[in-house]
Amino acid sequence: MTYIAKPKVHHPSLQKNAVGLTRRDYEGAITTLCAGCGHDSITAAIIQAFWELSIEPHRVAKLSGIGCSSKTPAYFLREAHGFNGVHGRMPALVAGANAANRDVTYIGISGDGDSLSIGLGQLCHAIRRNVNVLYVLENNGVYGLTKGQFSASADPGSTSKKGEANTMSAIDGCLMALTLGATFVARAFSGDKEQLVPIIKAGLAHNGFAFVDVISPCVTFNDHEGSTKSYAYTREKNVEVVHADFVPPAQAITTEYGPGAVRNVRLHDGSWVRLHKVAEEYEPTDRDRSYAYIRDRQKEGEVVTGLLYISPDSTDFHGQSNTVATPLVSVPYEDLCPGSAELVKLQRRFR
Amino acid sequence: MDRINEFAFKIATANGTGSASANGLIMQAIFRMGVPVTGKNVFPSNIQGLPTWYEIRVNRHGYTARTPHFDLLVAMNPATYEKDVAEVRSGGWLVYDSTWPLDPRLARPDVQYLGIPLAEMCNAQFSAIRERILMKNIAYAGALAALLDMDTDIIRALLDEKFGKKPALMESNRKAVSLGSDYARTHFQCPLPIRLEPMDKTKDSILIDGNTAAALGCVYAGATVGAWYPITPATSVMEAFKGFCQKYRREPETGRNRFAILQAEDELAAIGMVIGASWAGARAFTPTAGPGISLMSEFIGLAYYAEVPAVIFDVQRTGPSTGMPTRTQQGDLMLCAYASHGDTRHICLYPADPREAFEFAAASFDLAERYQTPVFVLSDLDIGMNDWMVPALTWDDTYRPDRGKVLTPEELEHVTTFFRYLDPDGDGIPYRTLPGMSPKGAYFTRGSGHNRFGFYTEDGDEYVDVVDRIDRKIQHAARAVPVPLVRTVAGAKIGLVTVGGCHAACVEALDLFAQEGVAIDYLRVRGFPFSADVASFLESHEVNFVVEQNRDGQLRSLLMLETGVAVEKLQSVRYYGGFPMSAHHVVSAVKAKLEKAA
Repeated sequence: MTYIAKPKVHHPSLQKNAVGLTRRDYEGAITTLCAGCGHDSITAAIIQAFWELSIEPHRVAKLSGIGCSSKTPAYFLREAHGFNGVHGRMPALVAGANAANRDVTYIGISGDGDSLSIGLGQLCHAIRRNVNVLYVLENNGVYGLTKGQFSASADPGSTSKKGEANTMSAIDGCLMALTLGATFVARAFSGDKEQLVPIIKAGLAHNGFAFVDVISPCVTFNDHEGSTKSYAYTREKNVEVVHADFVPPAQAITTEYGPGAVRNVRLHDGSWVRLHKVAEEYEPTDRDRSYAYIRDRQKEGEVVTGLLYISPDSTDFHGQSNTVATPLVSVPYEDLCPGSAELVKLQRRFR
Repeated sequence: MDRINEFAFKIATANGTGSASANGLIMQAIFRMGVPVTGKNVFPSNIQGLPTWYEIRVNRHGYTARTPHFDLLVAMNPATYEKDVAEVRSGGWLVYDSTWPLDPRLARPDVQYLGIPLAEMCNAQFSAIRERILMKNIAYAGALAALLDMDTDIIRALLDEKFGKKPALMESNRKAVSLGSDYARTHFQCPLPIRLEPMDKTKDSILIDGNTAAALGCVYAGATVGAWYPITPATSVMEAFKGFCQKYRREPETGRNRFAILQAEDELAAIGMVIGASWAGARAFTPTAGPGISLMSEFIGLAYYAEVPAVIFDVQRTGPSTGMPTRTQQGDLMLCAYASHGDTRHICLYPADPREAFEFAAASFDLAERYQTPVFVLSDLDIGMNDWMVPALTWDDTYRPDRGKVLTPEELEHVTTFFRYLDPDGDGIPYRTLPGMSPKGAYFTRGSGHNRFGFYTEDGDEYVDVVDRIDRKIQHAARAVPVPLVRTVAGAKIGLVTVGGCHAACVEALDLFAQEGVAIDYLRVRGFPFSADVASFLESHEVNFVVEQNRDGQLRSLLMLETGVAVEKLQSVRYYGGFPMSAHHVVSAVKAKLEKAA
């Protein structure tokens, strides 16, 4: 990962958010990814979402594994602590960091190799644990840094740049997350910022593990004919079934929509997600129906996108563990050590 | 001739039959008589039905090492009769359940057989099947009480404490004790020549296992996050930590937890969680055994190179691979010292008993945060799971955690630009910041090549600059780890060197040598990297016998690698069959080597 410092110059007319910061304050180093990489669009959407939410960058921690996607935390929120861990193991780092300090906003960036192969187990268990993190899987179906091997999300029959056909079945992160009890499951296309930004905002506000699978084409190794993760293929086959709008806590919902088309879901922090159901029959708070719907459309060759499932009453790791509201890192030592007198007392049981 | 307060006996049962409470009762009763006692549980990796032994050594001198010589055997498991009969010393006793006749082929003319119809008596007295099985154990404890002359008031008091709130159970236990002791008194000459007499040598001590003590050390050091994957023999560390936290770590107003325990999906995740939590500023730890360290190795390298604190308890068991999970060994000395790929060296602490497990557990967090690096506390199954008699634990209330060089938001205000891996103090230790605290503290933690500013690099000089500083930092830690324990005698030219749980056998061996007029100096390493005194001790002796519990002489190898002492000066004394080291083994091995040299 090459580090190129980006000059922090502000034009006075740049718009400021509620904490007085411009979009530029949410940027990071200049990307070193290939020109046209889907991941850079995701980075842009993340910057936009954090800026719109007026979250102070230093109150965020951004963690990742290894791979092209995992480089991207360097390209946004320069005032946030970053952790580029080991391959596939970011979920454990986030789980530990979140256990220690629940007051930081966590974003985890991963890829399909990182999440669906080497780190599949960690992803599954972070979902089960409902760690409070926005988990973005930047999914391009291919190993980029090692030059073009299939990943576990490559569809059977899709071909590599060299023309080789993939014979193995694909792991669908969203379907898997649904079966594991995920409380927030979304799929988006990196080329659709209108769709992605509100999903990221909703995922950040969600009290628990927010899984966002973003189809993010690899322009160098997987953007050819025969690929099912190319720009052309995704644009053609992507069907948005639910469009999410994010409504911050303080804002009232004013606009009325026709019955059945809109579903408002209240989040833990008082904000709302307004789900516009593009597909009339879709029910994004019903796990089984969501699963069946995605499968059915998959059979038709369509890639269903949107905020596919949300559990409004999600209880995160801390809720399950009954930990104190104060972050554990801030509990004074005096409240942690029972002291010498108690040590004398408790040793009676060892006599 | 009577042997008072100086004998050993062994109880053979099958696991899952509930013998642990009977064995614990015997241990505690002897301990409360003021007589030094230690117990070794030899158990299978199994839930129910396989052979289990419990060895109890009573020693008025306070020797706590395992002894392989048994004066008496309680043979409750017909499946192991043959082996058990063979283990009794000549002139010793065998207690067995005479409800069924003993195979005449097992008769030994030099052993006295004490048959007690335990099953028959218990079947007559108790109706529930499970109770019959459990009370058979309490009945043999009762028989031993009579045979060895235990204080019956103490036994009664122990049962009162244990079953005070469960009168039915108390009644059954009392009845079972009487069944055994009455039968023994009626049918045998009680007490036997091996017997107990009250002493006052345990009043400042406790009986505790090392895993419980280590967990207590974590509580007292202020650890708030524990992550783990269950593994024998480390499991009880986290179970004990949880128990203590439920008692001492509830927020009074809300009843909510001032701790978080994460049972991970595997050891890879467990260490990842510890690193994540430590990075975020909590004191975090993971208990595991050798197989767990193997799995954690990649993450350990990250913590070393990215300089993130982590505390890892390795309760060692017999390797390699799955090995013998319920047998002890010191097989991970090399693994932990240099865990992970690339050049690494890790701070290791080697407790010798549960008291040191407590002290080193607490110290490990200070070292991990001071040096921003993983710290290993290497105990073993024997220390971790067996009950040891040790001086009562003490705590200094003026202790405050050494959080190391962590810049506060206020301190950051005075820094123009914060860079993570500079060495402004020249001690090799950089300053770190915690996430979420200040806009000026941000940096990128990475396991990829980085320069002193924390930026990615593929430049050779920049890379070397950082890894050389880390090496200096860890070498400095040699001065901060617990100092070696050294005992010298006038004129000694021979050194005895050991580590961890072999201590008990070595100090007993030293006394035996002294009785024979052989002068030997002693050194027990307690931390790694080795301090300078270790090398000078080795240099100052013509020969050093390095006592340890692994096949390949790992401590000896470490000493060779790290001190540069000539190979010829280091002679290896090893036992690695899975039982704790005995003084007998040390003495015979050293003697053999001395005779060979002479």
